[in-house]
Amino acid sequence: MGAIGTFLQAIPFDLIVIQTVNGIVTGMILALIASGLTLIFGIMDVVNFAHGELFMLGAYIGFVVFVTTGNFWLALIGASAIVAVLGAALQIVALRPLIGRDPLNTILATFGISLVLQNYALWQFGPVVRKIPEPISSSFTLFYLQYPWYRVLITALSAAIIGGFWLYLKHGKLGVWIRATAQDRLMAQAMGIPVPLVYTGVFAIGAAMAAASGVLFAPMVGVSHTMGLDWVLKAFIVVVVGGMGNFVGSIVAAIFISLLEAYAAIWVDPSHAVIVSFVVLILTLLFRPTGLFVATPR
Amino acid sequence: MTAAPLEKTGSLPAEKTGLSHSVIFWIGFCAVMALLIAAPLMLGEFWRRFLTEVLIWGLLAMSSDLLIGYTGMISFGHSAFFGLGMYGAAGALLIVSPPNLWLAILFGLAGAAGAALFVAIFSTRLRDIYFAITTLIFSQIFYVIIFTWTAVTGGENGLIFDRPHFTIPFLVNVRFTSTTLHWFVLTVVAGSYLILRRVTQSPFGMVLQSIRENEPRTRAIGYAVERYKMMSVMLSGLFAGLAGVLYAIQNEFAAPDFVYFLTSGDTVIFNVLGGIGTLVGPIVGAGFFQLARQLLAQWFGDQFPYLIPLGVVFVAVIIFLPQGILGFARRWLNR
Repeated sequence: MGAIGTFLQAIPFDLIVIQTVNGIVTGMILALIASGLTLIFGIMDVVNFAHGELFMLGAYIGFVVFVTTGNFWLALIGASAIVAVLGAALQIVALRPLIGRDPLNTILATFGISLVLQNYALWQFGPVVRKIPEPISSSFTLFYLQYPWYRVLITALSAAIIGGFWLYLKHGKLGVWIRATAQDRLMAQAMGIPVPLVYTGVFAIGAAMAAASGVLFAPMVGVSHTMGLDWVLKAFIVVVVGGMGNFVGSIVAAIFISLLEAYAAIWVDPSHAVIVSFVVLILTLLFRPTGLFVATPR
Repeated sequence: MTAAPLEKTGSLPAEKTGLSHSVIFWIGFCAVMALLIAAPLMLGEFWRRFLTEVLIWGLLAMSSDLLIGYTGMISFGHSAFFGLGMYGAAGALLIVSPPNLWLAILFGLAGAAGAALFVAIFSTRLRDIYFAITTLIFSQIFYVIIFTWTAVTGGENGLIFDRPHFTIPFLVNVRFTSTTLHWFVLTVVAGSYLILRRVTQSPFGMVLQSIRENEPRTRAIGYAVERYKMMSVMLSGLFAGLAGVLYAIQNEFAAPDFVYFLTSGDTVIFNVLGGIGTLVGPIVGAGFFQLARQLLAQWFGDQFPYLIPLGVVFVAVIIFLPQGILGFARRWLNR
């Protein structure tokens, strides 16, 4: 009894609660990024290497809109819209000519795009980290912490965006087209669905989701030109762990991995907590290469 | 599957033209070698170093060509092998005294082999895109380890050491000059090219190419595809590590920047620009890329974001010139 007692005392319950909240907050943002990535992959067979850059660009555009208008919500909508248009343009210029070629070509092409976008951001904005202030500054008391309501709000907003998109996919016209194209591209085309347009639309939607998460996340960490790669790596891990192209799986995996990393950060240095997601990835590859959250391994 | 950097054209020798082809090949090889041997005598210090560096990057790109061009697997993790080669060499040069060139190479190769074994075991379970992503993630693991393990790797500052002498036991012990270093690097790179060329033309190389062409069929014929893939990754990693050793010796430092993803990205760019599946193409690609970068920096200043125009060129090459600069010579070079 005494041993169990000391063991229980050794677990810092307050820290665990705080880290659970933190993990869910980052998990939802990661889910928003990863769901765009997995959407683009599931429907177009394109691994979008530039996804992190769209996320980063979204944050920068959000910053610019915020500085000019002073309205955070306008920045969120404006950045999403602009990046959606940019995504559509990129898809038409660089990815459409590659349809029908080996899918590895699209990795290379999106990698090239990511280089251009990242260096453009560095060139345009410089290496200084930019800040977008939080739109609501109130906070509530969580144990000894003043926990900002804003973080709770982003979680809810991310969930709302993902949920809204899910409903749209189920009932919206383009959503039905997207699902039909994902099921059988040739048949969809035969039924009169404009498949190239669907591809462009999907890429634009994915880009907009990345941009939205960029703006939402910016008040927490600041905007820099390197943020894209860090997050796209995490999103890739999430997508592989959740099962490539599996929409629900990647959302679950995003929260799962963020929670694990948050808990790990209680005991080790946060910069080492990244290793946890790597370990999860390796274990997944070893035992369930098709993804942890796939009902039946293909 | 139409044309692409990864176009599945047969590079198997179609017909044997016999003497003429190999005579032309070796004349060409000797001519290029003669040019590269003479080059440092005619160039100034800056361009001499530049050329040596291009050769080293070319070796790195060539090693990754074995995977991209011949086995059909894109590696976005070659920085790990390169970096481990660098840090292995650094370790040998710092621990053992007096610093020994051959020990540095041995240590570097061992380091790269370790990384390659790790990547080979896990990544070769996956195909295509999945392979590319996992190699990228694994290289980031090595980056995080090297970056944070300050006690051993020097963390962000990296390791600094002196260049070892060129030694042949009991015979020669001379200090490298930039010219002799160039010749040494050239020897290693040319030797690696000949070895890799021999490998790709061997029965082993043919199996790799058949994996690229049609993996299920290769498996159905009865080849242990996974084992061949692992061998391919290992071999590729070893040569990438060799490039890392050379780079460490040339620049007398090992830094975590070179383990970072950007090095892997550059490697892929060199391959695509130069032409994959040619072995020499990646060297040409590396030369083209570095020269363009250098010239852009000279014309527009150091701060010019050279990767913007080069990135656009890269995407354009993928769309319009999927075989790369040397793509036209691909069949001929592989004969």
